[in-house]
Amino acid sequence: MIRGKAIKYGNNIDTDVIIPARYLNTADPKELAAHCMEDIDPEFKNKVQPGDIMVAGTNFGCGSSREHAPIAIKASGISCIIAETFARIFYRNAINIGLPIMECPEAARDIKDGDQVAVDLTTGEIANLTTGKTYKAAPFPPFMQELIKAGGLVEYVKERMGTQE
Amino acid sequence: MGMTITQKILAAHAGLDKVEPGQLIMANVDLVLGNDITSPVAIREFKRMGAKRVFDKKKVVLVPDHFTPNKDIKSAEQCKVIREFARDMEIENYFEVGQMGIEHALIPEKGLVVPGDVVIGADSHTCTYGALGAFSTGVGSTDMAAAMATGQAWFKVPEAIKFVLKGRLNKWVSGKDVILHIIGMIGVDGALYQSMEFTGEGMASLSMDDRFTIANMAIEAGAKNGIFEVDDKTLEYVKEHSTKEYKIYKADEDAEYSKVFEIDLSSIPLTVAFPHLPSNTKTFDEIGDIPIDQVVIGSCTNGRLSDLRIAAQILKGHKVHPRVRTIVIPATQRIYLEAMREGLLEIFIEAGAVVSTPTCGPCLGGHMGILAKGERAVATTNRNFVGRMGHVDSEVYLASPAVAAASAITGKISSPEEVVG
Repeated sequence: MIRGKAIKYGNNIDTDVIIPARYLNTADPKELAAHCMEDIDPEFKNKVQPGDIMVAGTNFGCGSSREHAPIAIKASGISCIIAETFARIFYRNAINIGLPIMECPEAARDIKDGDQVAVDLTTGEIANLTTGKTYKAAPFPPFMQELIKAGGLVEYVKERMGTQE
Repeated sequence: MGMTITQKILAAHAGLDKVEPGQLIMANVDLVLGNDITSPVAIREFKRMGAKRVFDKKKVVLVPDHFTPNKDIKSAEQCKVIREFARDMEIENYFEVGQMGIEHALIPEKGLVVPGDVVIGADSHTCTYGALGAFSTGVGSTDMAAAMATGQAWFKVPEAIKFVLKGRLNKWVSGKDVILHIIGMIGVDGALYQSMEFTGEGMASLSMDDRFTIANMAIEAGAKNGIFEVDDKTLEYVKEHSTKEYKIYKADEDAEYSKVFEIDLSSIPLTVAFPHLPSNTKTFDEIGDIPIDQVVIGSCTNGRLSDLRIAAQILKGHKVHPRVRTIVIPATQRIYLEAMREGLLEIFIEAGAVVSTPTCGPCLGGHMGILAKGERAVATTNRNFVGRMGHVDSEVYLASPAVAAASAITGKISSPEEVVG
């Protein structure tokens, strides 16, 4: 079970505002986290607490394929992203690096900035502890659950490949 | 129910007779691609996977094109990681500065993609090769790492939207206007998780460069891929550039599409996408006077030879507006050389533009033309998000090379007709 306060954004949050390209001359998660969301919300890095949950509208993570975007969000301490919809490259990047995400339009619309939210990743249940309302996200298909269970694509491939000689 | 072009290619590469939308599959890839931003992360993950070698030295392509020629020490270090990896893994298609071009212009030019291929690239504009009738899509670095190790990638089989093209484009109207028009029509998530399939008799009048531009920006509508049916023009291009074996896939007659749009090319006007979304499109009857500070002609979207020819045709005999810094970036060394031989570079320099070596540089706010606070650029690039080309309070207007060149002369967003009639 994940628990944290909601940090809410709108529609079409693109990877350029999640982590501007001027910081992509490094791949260090901590350095990336220091600039996460900077162009849309300069206060983000000060207000985010470990475990917080990012909530957004449609097409979250659109734009570039930079994995630096979910890496920056994860390294900021965000435990899960709930959105109405995700852009597809961001979606697979998040799954691949083991950053939990949930598509749940109703919850994404209802939850307000600052609400306390609890998420059960195995059942897909989302509870807004501030309002008492609960929601259910569609569960991941079995293959993705396997990926998530393995801890991301690196671990999944490791298991499948064994050790290369 | 029949299959779309994309579904057929994916089925064949997954060793299946049939796939359905939504199905998750493991498919073999014909090419895996990365650049200087995404590859260092991929190489780190590749090593974490315990992989010792790449699955095929011929099928991995590394192109340091984003922050190159190295813009600072950190970028130089990232490029060094790739260079050493390429050497250790004996990767045949590593393109050093001097050979390097913007990846999505370079790879078709080198004949590395042919119809029927499955290509993944750790760069969102990998969808460009759909112009050749290949399935190609952008992924992240970890996907790139896994594919370098195993030769496979996981996909969710997409549904498709069909665009049936008819008619011909009017004078000055280009592939860029077509794709901006479509994104304006369906929105930045209008094709989310789906293929955009282009077909119809109007296709024949579109050059391969137009098709590359259209497929390139499929991602800007949220699409997984954009793909054109293969025709004589495709095959002519393939014969000229590649010796690889290709396979033509056609959609089944009873293939199911989530939507079908008929697009009359002759009805598409010159189109400009205003800040801060590619879908925020306007036509010249609604644009008005918008002074600008910079013009960029280049990128994986519009840095090809035909783009430079159009820009030169408009700039010839003119001077760029004294307020406008005009930056022309041929997308590959070969395009650069051709442009030089044809006298295009001379026209640009005489007009007061600068000509740069190939780089993605300004498109993503890397280098070679960053905007200050409050500045505006007309760019032939593909994204106009907040802060994309520099300061968070700068603005990017996306347009065709013709509109960009005309705007460079007048100092405001202008149609080519205002300059050359």
